[in-house]
Amino acid sequence: MIEIKNITKNYNTGEIEFQALKGVTFTIKDGEFVAIMGPSGSGKSTLMNILGALDIPTSGKYLLDGQDVSSLSESELAKIRKEKIGFVFQSFNLLKRTTVIRNVALPLLYTGMPKAQRLIKAKEALASSGFEENHYYHLSNQLSGGQMQRVAIARALVNNPSLILADEPTGNLDTKTGEKVLETFKKLNNQGHTIILITHEPDVARHANRIIVIRDGLIEKEEIVKH
Amino acid sequence: MNWLDLLEEIYWSLSANKVRSFLTVLGIVIGIGSVIAMVAVGQGAKDGIQASIQSVGSNLIIITPGAQRGVGSQVNAGRGSAQTLTQADADAIKSTVPLIQSTAPELSRRYQVTSRGKNTNTQIIGTVPEYPDVRKVEITDGSFITSKHLSSNDKVAVIGPQARDDLFGVDAAVVGQSIRINNIEFKIVGITKAKGGSGFSNPDSNIFIPITTAQRYLAGDVYVSTISVEAQDQESMPTVQQNITDLLMQRHKIISPQPADFSVLNQADIVATASSITNTFTMLLASIAGISLLVGGIGIMNMMLTTVTERTREIGLRKAIGADRKDISAQFLLEAVTLTFAGGVFGIILGWLLSLAVAKFAGMNTQISLSSILLAFGVSALIGVIFGYYPASRAAKLNPIDALRYE
Repeated sequence: MIEIKNITKNYNTGEIEFQALKGVTFTIKDGEFVAIMGPSGSGKSTLMNILGALDIPTSGKYLLDGQDVSSLSESELAKIRKEKIGFVFQSFNLLKRTTVIRNVALPLLYTGMPKAQRLIKAKEALASSGFEENHYYHLSNQLSGGQMQRVAIARALVNNPSLILADEPTGNLDTKTGEKVLETFKKLNNQGHTIILITHEPDVARHANRIIVIRDGLIEKEEIVKH
Repeated sequence: MNWLDLLEEIYWSLSANKVRSFLTVLGIVIGIGSVIAMVAVGQGAKDGIQASIQSVGSNLIIITPGAQRGVGSQVNAGRGSAQTLTQADADAIKSTVPLIQSTAPELSRRYQVTSRGKNTNTQIIGTVPEYPDVRKVEITDGSFITSKHLSSNDKVAVIGPQARDDLFGVDAAVVGQSIRINNIEFKIVGITKAKGGSGFSNPDSNIFIPITTAQRYLAGDVYVSTISVEAQDQESMPTVQQNITDLLMQRHKIISPQPADFSVLNQADIVATASSITNTFTMLLASIAGISLLVGGIGIMNMMLTTVTERTREIGLRKAIGADRKDISAQFLLEAVTLTFAGGVFGIILGWLLSLAVAKFAGMNTQISLSSILLAFGVSALIGVIFGYYPASRAAKLNPIDALRYE
């Protein structure tokens, strides 16, 4: 359960103060698949950083599973990210010259889980993301774009997070591969994972069940998608 | 993250950039290697010089006569030229000064020595049976001069291996044969063991005869040219030296401000002087090598800073998936320490090989000490910490949002 209550975020760049979010309020229930859509400069990246516990709001409250995340310290935020959030990035961000399985198991490294258990979890996550089993020990830089994004999805899944945040996950993929990746998200959502998809493309946002449109730091509209 | 996981991460990171890791380690290898080798050469030289000084005898105090001065003349002859030390002085030292192990007066002068068909000019040392103990002379064949030889003024000689080679041929059996010193016939009773040359005089060409015989038949008087005294131990040397000086001043009726007509030399002073010279030499070599180690350390810092910049996105990712500052800085710091530690290990091997090569090809004595190896380990790890700290803290302080967007 994600509760965002009247969140604002100001940036100070020198003498000019810029308000990226001007008071945003919404709730996302467990098991939802929500797209946050908006053009660049709308404040959606700022919102994603706050939702991903990478940053804290200037004012307002962010409750994640009932816990107030909006005023935590840097290391407390790291702990939230470690336990509750899985990220999927536009540019995949896999470790180069490192095997698929190590890439997927990486988030568990910081949890102190024993190695054997980490590898089991990584294999489970790879299976859920639909990655071919015979490529588990390939190096990440030998994969295609679609394969890389599946590895990244598996990595986001591996710590069984409360929330999967996907930032333009199809941005670096061709349309056909992008479709397959979005279907994977849908499948994961059907299995009960909460997914937030950040995008500027309406066609991509249509895959979610609900779309929140952001413009100039405010929610412009919300719509339920009929499939 | 436990240590094993951390080490595994570091292995993957470093092996992702093998060539760069290798070149960085090379800087440390050369630095540590040259420190080890230079200190080994310096230590070897020091040990060599000390050994050659110690080979003359240990805890040794040498008393020589002062300079000769003619009556009413201000012109001094060289030190040791005067005839101021007597057999009686030697006996007095032996009987009255405490903490003395043994005393060996000697009367030495160069004479022409002949054997059948051959001749040489060498140092003839008239001395006593204690001499071998005091001056570390060993006998390989026959025996040294005995007190019986001394009391009956026997014309017997113990000759050095070099003198034997000159007079009889290499490795000839000469005990029982005769030589003529200053045209007086002496019977050979022993041969000393080869010591090797030390400085200007070669102890292997010395010929030893009883001091009484030397006084009666060669010199014709009772003066002695040197008195060698062995103190009981290192600590008692200053006391013994002072006591001998006091005794001889008193015996020679010299009152303090007047210059003594003898000099007392302490072997420890000679060793200390030689050691301080070789220590300076070692320090010089080590500091030159230390500069290359410093350059290697800067190389590590340079590489780590490049790595941090290059891996900004990786750092951003690690932070996004839950690594905190401590995890990131531990990884980068340990990467630097691993590099320098590996450099230290290979540097020690290189230094060891270098010092073996110096010993073999330059014929110099080298000595690798455990302390320099431990120091090298410590220094190399410390360099990793010092030069890895700044890059690691820079990595740890990166903001994950900016780091993830870094192009």
